[in-house]
Amino acid sequence: MALLEVSDLHVSFPTPDGVVQAVRGLSFAAEAGKTLGIVGESGSGKSVATQTIMGLTRGARVSGQAMFEDKDLLAMDQKALRSVRGDEVGMIFQDPLSSLHPYYRVGWQIVEMIRNNHKDISKAKAKARAVELLGLVGIPQPDRRVDDFPHQFSGGMRQRAMIAMAMSLNPKLLIADEPTTALDVTVQAQVLQVMRRLQEEFGTAIILITHDLGVVAEVADDVVVMYAGSAMEKADRYEIFGASHHPYTEGLLQSLPAYGGVRERLHPIPGQPPSLINLPGGCPFHPRCPYVMDRCRIEEPPLFEVGGNPTHTSACWLTLDLVERTALRDKVVGGQLPSPSRP
Amino acid sequence: MVRFLIRRVALGVFVMFVVTIVVFLIFFVGPGRADVARTLAGRQATPATVALVSHRLLLDRPLTVQYWHFLDGLLHGNLGYSYYHGQPVTTILKQAFPVTLSLALGAAAIWLVVGVLSGVLSAVRSRSIWDRIVTVLALFFYSMPSFVLGLLLLYIFYYQFALHGIHIFPGAGYTYLTADPLKWFEGLVLPWITLALVSAAAYTRLTRGSMLDVMNEDYVRTARSKGLSENRVIYRHALRSALTPVISQFGIDLGVLAGGAVITETVFGMPGLGFTAVHAIQSQDLPVIIGVVIVASAAVVVANILVDTFYAVLDPRVRLH
Repeated sequence: MALLEVSDLHVSFPTPDGVVQAVRGLSFAAEAGKTLGIVGESGSGKSVATQTIMGLTRGARVSGQAMFEDKDLLAMDQKALRSVRGDEVGMIFQDPLSSLHPYYRVGWQIVEMIRNNHKDISKAKAKARAVELLGLVGIPQPDRRVDDFPHQFSGGMRQRAMIAMAMSLNPKLLIADEPTTALDVTVQAQVLQVMRRLQEEFGTAIILITHDLGVVAEVADDVVVMYAGSAMEKADRYEIFGASHHPYTEGLLQSLPAYGGVRERLHPIPGQPPSLINLPGGCPFHPRCPYVMDRCRIEEPPLFEVGGNPTHTSACWLTLDLVERTALRDKVVGGQLPSPSRP
Repeated sequence: MVRFLIRRVALGVFVMFVVTIVVFLIFFVGPGRADVARTLAGRQATPATVALVSHRLLLDRPLTVQYWHFLDGLLHGNLGYSYYHGQPVTTILKQAFPVTLSLALGAAAIWLVVGVLSGVLSAVRSRSIWDRIVTVLALFFYSMPSFVLGLLLLYIFYYQFALHGIHIFPGAGYTYLTADPLKWFEGLVLPWITLALVSAAAYTRLTRGSMLDVMNEDYVRTARSKGLSENRVIYRHALRSALTPVISQFGIDLGVLAGGAVITETVFGMPGLGFTAVHAIQSQDLPVIIGVVIVASAAVVVANILVDTFYAVLDPRVRLH
């Protein structure tokens, strides 16, 4: 059984303009020692989904289930959730500068986290642990830097300090919400490496939320592609990059520049993501889909198994046979997509 | 840090120096200067007597001479003598300053606590019934002139109480702390409330706005993700940052108030700096006016230095140069 199993999660926000349906029937599972990548554009509901599970969204209507071990996180009161947050689930966020409190020393913030959840640990011991953790994430001279303020750290160091803090209590699950988006590429690689090393060492499950397919390709074991609040396609990393089924996944891959390949124009997905207040009928992607059929405008497709593979599902009415799907792809979008190949 | 303080103090002294020049100039070009000697000499004085009085007070000398005389005295710790009762200005100030300081510090403590706490409550339970009640009360007291509130309090807690034989709060005057601490306290309660409620309203609004901003900061979300209790998130993480603009406003308000709360002191007949200034201005008593102005501007200058220094304590990113 998976460590965290989210099923049929719905999150909506009542606003004066109407109800924003941020997450619509999302299901996913995170397993110990593995990384789940959740990919999607801004506003696809990927951050809202995980923050709602942890009780960090306010004023939302929530339904569904989020079983963490044997407890439903969505049914817990704030007090019970607090003991899960930090202690069992660590979180890191997009902007490492604004995510650390500017007025408190980095070490103080880590010590606060440790002592809040384990009051029996002495201040000196917690501080020693903070130094150890900073060393673990590769901060040079951790015994000195522990007394620095966040503004004395570089962007990459701040994010590593955030990771050190999130990992300070050996959580079973680490939710990383766009952890590398605000960092430059070389620092990105370092941060991802630190996360992977900690995962190998402690067997932590990681949920990695990102809009960057490059990051997903690097670290994710399984991938959920989200659009307009629901999952479009779910598969392991190789299937997503080598044999994707959903036209939205295909569009995302096409809009990536080819690495070292032929230089050509990028192919962005035409149009804009839909308003979450006024979703189009049928499949939410149909106004932008090059394969759109009559049925797509009326009926919203559920997740179907692709090519008889139970771990690969796609919410699309197109043929589920991979050979037919490839032929159709060549007919509609031509040779724009690198031909599927398993690495 | 030391260099910062030296520079700021030097700048402050310069500001006060400019202020005294301006006050002198206003007095010199303003109306009423000629009447001082006439009033002092009495109704039936001959022109010769008036001229003599005028001469004694240096009023017949050029402005520069008068100013030089004042500056010479100032540097020797002498602010001159009141034209009217011949008392040294320093003595007048020494009597008035504790009155104003008692009023200002007490009121400031009340309004800071009331304003910040109600502001936090209002922000944390934003749009709740509490928020609305606090907002309405804040607007009510914010738009209430202190002379109206002061008179209202006097009417209820002095006049109506006295009619029913209850004598807790005096109607006017001031008892020095050293003379009778209980009477000092009783006499200050109504002025404190008057001054505090009017200002607390502004602090409620300021704290509410500042807290609402900070509660949306990423580091508040981080604090929650650490599993901290909501109280710790609000007071330790959010309020710490939200207080920065409040503190700077507080320092300046307190500085201004230390120069005299003219209206409140007048309503409650408290012989503080504001009260003294009003009387001095009415009778064109230049040495006293200048004395009050010097104390008031010194208070503002000191408050500003304290605020800037406190900033560095509050926010580690600020370094004083």
